[in-house]
Amino acid sequence: MASRSSPGAISRSGSLLKRFNNSRNALGFVFMLPAAIFLLGFLTYPLGLGVWLGFTDTRIGRAGDFVGLQNYFYLMDDQVFWLSVFNTVVYTLVASILKFALGLWLALILNEKLPFKSFFRAIVLLPWVVPTVLSALAFWWIYDAQFSILSWSLMKLGLIDQPINFLGDPFNARVSVIAANVWRGIPFVAISLLAGLQTIPVSLQEAASLDGATPWKRFRYVTLPMLTPIIAVVMTFSVLFTFTDFQLIYVLTKGGPVNATHLMATLSFQRGIPGGQLGEGAAIAVAMIPFLLASILFSFFGLQRRKWQQGGAD
Amino acid sequence: MKINRRDLLAASAGIAGAAGFGLPGIRPAFAQEPAFAPEAGASLRLLRWAPFVQGDEDAWLANTKKFTEATGVEVRVDKESWEDIRPKAAVTANVGSGPDMVLCWFDDAHQYPDKLVDLTDLGTYLDGKYGGFYDGLKGYAMRGDKYIALPLAAIGNAICYRQSHIEAAGFKEFPKDTAGFLDLCKAMKAKGTPAGFAHGKAVGDGNNYVHWLLWSHGGKMVDEAGVVAINSPETIAAINYAKALYDTFIPGTESWQDINNNRAFLAGQVSLTANGVSLYYAAKKDEKLKDLTADLRATNFPMGPVGTNVELYQTTQAVVFNHTKFPNACKAYLKFMYEAEQMNAWITGSSAYCCQPLKAFASNPVWTADPMHAPYAKASETLRPNGYAGPLGYASAAVMADYVLVDMFAAAVTGAATPEEAAAQAEKRANRYYKV
Repeated sequence: MASRSSPGAISRSGSLLKRFNNSRNALGFVFMLPAAIFLLGFLTYPLGLGVWLGFTDTRIGRAGDFVGLQNYFYLMDDQVFWLSVFNTVVYTLVASILKFALGLWLALILNEKLPFKSFFRAIVLLPWVVPTVLSALAFWWIYDAQFSILSWSLMKLGLIDQPINFLGDPFNARVSVIAANVWRGIPFVAISLLAGLQTIPVSLQEAASLDGATPWKRFRYVTLPMLTPIIAVVMTFSVLFTFTDFQLIYVLTKGGPVNATHLMATLSFQRGIPGGQLGEGAAIAVAMIPFLLASILFSFFGLQRRKWQQGGAD
Repeated sequence: MKINRRDLLAASAGIAGAAGFGLPGIRPAFAQEPAFAPEAGASLRLLRWAPFVQGDEDAWLANTKKFTEATGVEVRVDKESWEDIRPKAAVTANVGSGPDMVLCWFDDAHQYPDKLVDLTDLGTYLDGKYGGFYDGLKGYAMRGDKYIALPLAAIGNAICYRQSHIEAAGFKEFPKDTAGFLDLCKAMKAKGTPAGFAHGKAVGDGNNYVHWLLWSHGGKMVDEAGVVAINSPETIAAINYAKALYDTFIPGTESWQDINNNRAFLAGQVSLTANGVSLYYAAKKDEKLKDLTADLRATNFPMGPVGTNVELYQTTQAVVFNHTKFPNACKAYLKFMYEAEQMNAWITGSSAYCCQPLKAFASNPVWTADPMHAPYAKASETLRPNGYAGPLGYASAAVMADYVLVDMFAAAVTGAATPEEAAAQAEKRANRYYKV
């Protein structure tokens, strides 16, 4: 009996396997499953947990109760939180604009016919390659109140008579941390935009030249519109990286002086982990989401609009 | 010959007892001596702070090795920068996984008491045998009548100064009170040899300094009932004093973190600051700083209007997490490390950086081995706990972690807020944790 039924079973299982192999939907599902599990486990779950924690009064070592919007109501009335929001927005805006302007400039230069082009392109990447903590430590020395090489050089040149208080004065501290962030972030923007520049057909530039376009007009009406989709992606990432920056601030100032450089990410850590208030720390982190979503939406629905890319207005 | 666990327990008790009889203040308490037989196959992980004085780590590891040789229980000792211990211990408590034991700081243990193994049997035994734990340290380790941690040490903090520079400023001796101290700092600034204390987010030095400012003027964060009391005339007086003192500092102290004052002092940029004994040893081991080392002196912070020495000092405790599979092995390890032979070796190795937790060890010769050690000898005895005068717990820990006091003084001295505004802001922030 068994010998009679086996061929049928094999044939049925064989046909199932065949059907599975030929099914685009089934195969697609199976191939996507690992990525889906990864995304659900390592992105969706932590994000969901973070949002949930923001609605609780969970502390380190103690499960919390649901408190609704209490954490957010407290933050609405918290000067330090609003200062961190202000700092984060200023930090992101100024650093992103500078990184874009300087990065684009660098990309345009590197796109020209230069001697040792490959060497320079490799050098430009160095700030991006160095671990953030190491570059932050280097800046910590550069900005030191007593031992700054910048202050020392300026004093030797006779331009100042005492060291610059880089990280002790609120304005100076903000400028200093932004400068460090810009230094670190330029390579990412420059190299990405350089890749975009190289996809622009030379024939377009030549045609514009033949039509009598000046270098500025070629940049404005040929290069920039063709580059806009890349700019949208690159700047979205750049803004996200800058908005969520932590390491630079944590090493350089820990948010000081008097919270003048506290970003939302550093405040979230300070309150959530050393301070033990996981709920409030999570609420601060969740409060970053609207800003991040806004920048993503602006980038994808704004910068990628065809009219803008073609140099037109709405 | 193989030594089993039972042999070890008997032997270690014997060694400890023999060592103990030689020290004043040690009372034999064998009747209550608890026996902790390590679980079969036990191996332990301890997370501790990276040492500031190499002898501390050397002695700790040597003691650990002795324990392993005697019991066969492997103990892996991991170290992290001291500021990273607090978040790592917190995460360990929260996720219920990680090291079995941590040498944590301040009131960490009070943030997650339910996650810790009750060490009352061991704590009571050590307290009875070695003359008692110092009260300030005991407070950090006890919740009610239970030991949730074992007090390990207070890290003394003292004023370090250049003798020749205070003499050049017209002072033969170091002033004993806050008024004289301000005069000294003014005179030193006039001579171009200024003082400097951290007003940045320096967890150790910053907190030590501002707590001294507050407490020496009679201010306090909360009263005995845990009601926020920071916005008081005493606090305003402390802030005004801090402003006057800040005017005498080298520029840039608003950004100072824990390491900055050491660097500035060793480079001759400041002539007076506060630090642990590690500053002295950093100078001593550098041949180029021979003159500075010979000129270096240490003393306790001057007394303020309250008329007593009141200082915070960092404190460290050993905690055992209840996720450990080997609680008895952890207790056996800690018991071994606290017995006289090991503890004395560790205190000696720490070269006055770690002040003993138990009164019997106050006679350790390390305190008289070098005059520079003397100001650090009574750290455990004189410390005042964080969150004074209220109870230790989640709120006291969170207020310190959120730099409420550090920010209050920094805002006022830099002119970002008036003393009254700074005190009001601190009151509001502290109320959040103490839940009005």
